[in-house]
Amino acid sequence: MATTTLVKGARSTRSTIALKMLMAVSGIIFILFVLLHMYGNLKAFAGHDAYNTYAEHLRTIGEPMLPHAGLLWVIRVVLVVALVVHVYAAVTLWQRAGKARTVKYQVKKNAASSFSSRFMRWGGLTLLLFIVWHLLEFTVPKVNVAGGATNDPYNLLVDSFDVWWLTLIYLVAMVTLGLHLHHGVWSASQTLGLTNNAKARRNAKTLGWIVAVVIAGGFSLVPLFVLFGVITK
Amino acid sequence: MRLTLKIWRQPNAESAGAMHTYEIDGVSEDMSFLEMLDVLNEDLIAKDEDPVAFDSDCREGICGMCGLMINGQAHGPEVTTTCQLHMRSFKDGDEIVIEPWRADAFPVMKDLVVDRGAFDRIIQAGGFISVNTGSAPEAHSVPVPRDDAMRAFNVATCIGCGACVAACPNGSASLFMGAKITHLGELPQGQPERDNRVVGMVAQHDAEGFGGCTNIGECTAACPKEIPLDVISRLNWDLHAAMRHGH
Repeated sequence: MATTTLVKGARSTRSTIALKMLMAVSGIIFILFVLLHMYGNLKAFAGHDAYNTYAEHLRTIGEPMLPHAGLLWVIRVVLVVALVVHVYAAVTLWQRAGKARTVKYQVKKNAASSFSSRFMRWGGLTLLLFIVWHLLEFTVPKVNVAGGATNDPYNLLVDSFDVWWLTLIYLVAMVTLGLHLHHGVWSASQTLGLTNNAKARRNAKTLGWIVAVVIAGGFSLVPLFVLFGVITK
Repeated sequence: MRLTLKIWRQPNAESAGAMHTYEIDGVSEDMSFLEMLDVLNEDLIAKDEDPVAFDSDCREGICGMCGLMINGQAHGPEVTTTCQLHMRSFKDGDEIVIEPWRADAFPVMKDLVVDRGAFDRIIQAGGFISVNTGSAPEAHSVPVPRDDAMRAFNVATCIGCGACVAACPNGSASLFMGAKITHLGELPQGQPERDNRVVGMVAQHDAEGFGGCTNIGECTAACPKEIPLDVISRLNWDLHAAMRHGH
C-alpha cells in the first residue's frame, strides 16, 4: 500500500480519524442508552407493579403526539443506525491495522496499554453476540429458559435470573461491557479532541472508570439480587 | 559480558528474511548498544561474513536515525534512543532479540534497516509553514504566549525515529503526526495553513498504509522524547476543525 507520491484532493471526511469520530459518537449514543436502560432495570427493586408499569409507560410516552410505542421505535432506529456505524468503523479499522503490519514481531512487549484497551475488538464481538442473545430473550421472540410465560416482563426477569447459568452469562457480559467502557470513554474523549492536556487526559481516564463501574455494576445488581432471592415474584 | 543475539537478517527488500543467532563475548557494560553491534560486525567481517546492516548517524540521541526493536520494545528497555541505550541495561548471559521496525509503510531494505520515506512524505503533505526567506523578521513582532511556546518546543523535540509506529499494535503514526500538528499549530506562524496541514498530513498517513489510532498509549511509552498522548487529541481536534471549515 506504500506510495511514493503525495495524495491529491485530500478530504478530512475520508480519513481514519473520521472513522474514529463516527465510532466515538455512536459509542456515546450507546452510553446514554445503557444509562437509561439501567435506570429502568433498577425499577425491579420497586416490585412487580412498578416494573411492569414502567415498561408500559415506555410505550405510552409522548402520546397522543406520538403513536403507541412511537418513541421506543425512534430509539430503536437510532440504536440500529449507531450499531451499524460502530461495527462498520471498527471492522474497517481492524482490517487496516492488520494490513499495516503484515510481518509480525517475534517478540513484542506491551509497555503501557491497559488490558481493556487490548480487549476492545474481541470484547466488542462478545458484546455483539450478547446483544443478539439478549434481544432474543427479552424482546423478540422472548424466551423463558425456566419454561414459564413470557407476557409479564417482571416475571420473565425473575424466572430468567433464577437460572444460575443465565445470571453467569449476564455477569460475564457486564464485565465485558465494563472493560469496553473503561477504554471506550477515554478513547472517545481523545478522538473528539477533548483531552488536549495532561489534566484533561487524567479526567477522561477517571471518567472511564466511573462509567464502567456504574453501568456494569448497576446492571449486575438485578440478576444478582434475583439469584440470591431478594427480588422474587 | 557474554550475550546471545537473535537478529533479523534479510539480504534485501525483495528476499525473505529470518532470525539468525550469534554469540558475542567480551561486551563491556559501558558500551552503547550500537557499539556492541559494531563489535559483532567486526567479528563477522573478520570471518568474511556479511555484517549486520543497521541505521545510525549522530549517536547522540538527537537525529532520529537509529531505531531497533530490542526484546519486543522499540529502542529497548530504557526511555531513550537505541544509540543512547547502554549495555549496563542487560545482564551477562542475556538473550537479546533484535528486529527492524515492523510496519508495511516502513519496508525493510536490508537486515535492520527500514525505509522511513513515508514520514518525509507526511511532512511534505503539510508539516511545514510557508515563509519568505531572505530577511529574517523581527522576532518580537509576533508575540507568542509562554505556555504555547513551551508546548510547541516540547513536542518539536520529536526526531521522527518511528518508534511510535513500531510500538503501535495498529502500526499507526498518529503520535508523530500529532507532534508535528501541535508543534506548528501552537504558534502564530502555523495558523494560516492549519486546516490544509492536518487534512494533507492525515490523507498522506492513510495512503502510506499506516493504521488508525486506538489510543492505547504504547507509542508514548516507547517515544525516546516522551511526546505525550495529548498531541493525538490535538491532531483529532484540528481535523475536526478542518471538517467544520469544509476541508
